[in-house]
Amino acid sequence: MVDKLDEIGEQVRKQEHDYRLKLLVCCGAGCLSSGAAELVEELKRAVAAAGLQPEVGVVPTGCMGPCNQGPLVRVSPDDTIYEKVTVSDAGDLVDGHCCRGEKVRAKLLFNEAGETVYERASDHPFFKLQHRVALEHCGVINPESLEEYIAAGGYRALHHALTGISREEVIAEIKQSGLRGRGGAGYPTGLKWETVYKYVHAEKYVICNGDEGDPGAFMDRGILEGDPHRVLEGMAIAAYAVGARKGYLYVRAEYPLAIKRFELAIKQARAQHLVGAQVLGTEFNFDVEIRVGAGAFVCGEETALIASIEGRRGQPQPRPPYPAERGLWGKPTLINNVETFANIVPILLKGGEWYASIGTAKSTGTKAFALAGKIRNTGLIEVPMGTSLRKIIFDIGGGVPDGKRFKAAQTGGPSGGCIPEEHLDVPVDFENIVKVGSIMGSGGLIVMDESSSMVDVARFFMEFCMDESCGKCVPCRVGTKQMYDLLDRICEGRGTEADLALLEELAPMVKETSLCGLGMTAPNPLLSTLRYFREEYLALIRRKPEAAEANTPAAD
Amino acid sequence: MTIMRHTRNSTGTADPPRTDTRYKRIAAAMQKHHRRPDALIEVLHKVQDAFGYLPMEAIRFVAEQMRVPPSRVYGVATFYHFFALKPKGKHNCVICTGTACHVRGAQTIVDEIHQHLGLRPGQTTVDGKLGVQIARCIGCCGLAPAVVLDDQVLAKVKPGELVEILRARVGGPR
Repeated sequence: MVDKLDEIGEQVRKQEHDYRLKLLVCCGAGCLSSGAAELVEELKRAVAAAGLQPEVGVVPTGCMGPCNQGPLVRVSPDDTIYEKVTVSDAGDLVDGHCCRGEKVRAKLLFNEAGETVYERASDHPFFKLQHRVALEHCGVINPESLEEYIAAGGYRALHHALTGISREEVIAEIKQSGLRGRGGAGYPTGLKWETVYKYVHAEKYVICNGDEGDPGAFMDRGILEGDPHRVLEGMAIAAYAVGARKGYLYVRAEYPLAIKRFELAIKQARAQHLVGAQVLGTEFNFDVEIRVGAGAFVCGEETALIASIEGRRGQPQPRPPYPAERGLWGKPTLINNVETFANIVPILLKGGEWYASIGTAKSTGTKAFALAGKIRNTGLIEVPMGTSLRKIIFDIGGGVPDGKRFKAAQTGGPSGGCIPEEHLDVPVDFENIVKVGSIMGSGGLIVMDESSSMVDVARFFMEFCMDESCGKCVPCRVGTKQMYDLLDRICEGRGTEADLALLEELAPMVKETSLCGLGMTAPNPLLSTLRYFREEYLALIRRKPEAAEANTPAAD
Repeated sequence: MTIMRHTRNSTGTADPPRTDTRYKRIAAAMQKHHRRPDALIEVLHKVQDAFGYLPMEAIRFVAEQMRVPPSRVYGVATFYHFFALKPKGKHNCVICTGTACHVRGAQTIVDEIHQHLGLRPGQTTVDGKLGVQIARCIGCCGLAPAVVLDDQVLAKVKPGELVEILRARVGGPR
């Protein structure tokens, strides 16, 4: 069977060899919304018109990263990225770069006045300081082509797992890598696999959690849209290791492109016996189904997610029993996040030891982040664990635009907190970020500048949690509503110091007594803003005009 | 198990026209999942695809066909934000109010729509031409503030801009 993988890979490589240049067009959700699909067609026309077929190829890819500069075109192997390429630029680009070999300088990535322009994209700090493991293929291969994935080494890890090593050895490798759950909680992945493996049951399940509900997070979307086969292969390896024969991808309805590409990936893989019955000619059977969520943040919680897959309201159950023991339909179930699954293949190919050598001792490997808010280079990045916030925001992200001052970075979404300037040098890993009052979370990183009101941010997240509370337990259902009302009063300038005292009494109560993670973490944004920006609360209570003014975020 | 009889719905009209191709599509979707109750959410997605929302008689139809109580179908339909129980507009504008969009002025957009078009999130114009909704996060944070108009993402929406686009789309001020 591996011969077939070799054969497919060889065919693609042969075709690649024929290309003198490849024009890779970012077709991530961001770039598509600014016209990337039309651009692909126009570039193809321009290449044909210039008589450059077949030496110049035009290939749609997943997300390249710098979303606000889209649509992006990367010329390979020259390592040049062009930004904001419109349909009308296509002719000039083909004529200049492909025909005459001259770079179109006005369109080079990040060519703002007064900035250093890099001819090679990988020299730019945005890329240079990154270390892409989970996002390795995003923006490099065509996510809708199984052949390209195979040519890039795809399905070798699955083949190795199925034919080369035992199930125990797969789990040992993952344990050695030190990989921890990328959904936010950071539970050791190898340990989770081992627990499910140990439960003896004829029926077990593997679930990939793609219910990326944190507002401000789009890492999983980027991976599912940019490299769906990587996730599928990771799921198949996990299923083999824990002894499952059926997998589900639970994905948000808000991500239609991710759904479409994953559906296609399953279909392609099934046709080549990479999933389905007798995977790669072995005794291993594995099939995957997609379950589309319907917009409930709480479904990111694993027991709620299981309820949703079973077709019920997504309300959490008390744990234990954990899903590893009694999960989907009461059977042992492994649930991992999209990014976690995307890390499995490289770990098996390069070894757990290699993965553990990246990052810090307790938080190994890399982490993808979605940069957004008041930051110059918004987009999708991946850095080694332990990289400082300052490096992420200022060196990779290019700092705060419009000459404004940095105020805080919000990580972990509605379950996280705001980190002020004084803690910018904190290394971002599971342990250290908790020490400064936030959490790693799934990877959303929103930057606020001096014009953002932190009380408004706290109210924003509390409104979110209030809305998303499933209503099952009282502390969360009632507590978030009460805290929201108090925060709203303070924001509107009607709050008192007694309200503040009440908030401080309620927050720990909700934290300690809620049933699931949603309620347990809902007070976090409030608590962290109180910790670092208490004077903003007091200013609003004492109705100082300058504080009230910043209260409504102005449009850019 | 009690098998419910499909009789009359709340508005007093008779059974859903089983010849309606939309019901046929929904029936086909249920068939595909062997009418297993766990496929309920999948089926409701299909209903919403077909009708644009979940009409009460379709909820009853699904309940009967999948042999689950209508209360459970209704419970699921109301739990998830994605499902609408009222018809949306012919054109629909979804304003993203995720964190990135929020700090970049999504609230201003929501306020402007209310001020100029008289629509609050969740409302539709009387003539049914335009509906306005909000989304928690559409994952286009790099393009904030973002709006989805009839499945097309509008990036970095500037103040005042959206009202004009919407007026052009529905033709005329209301």
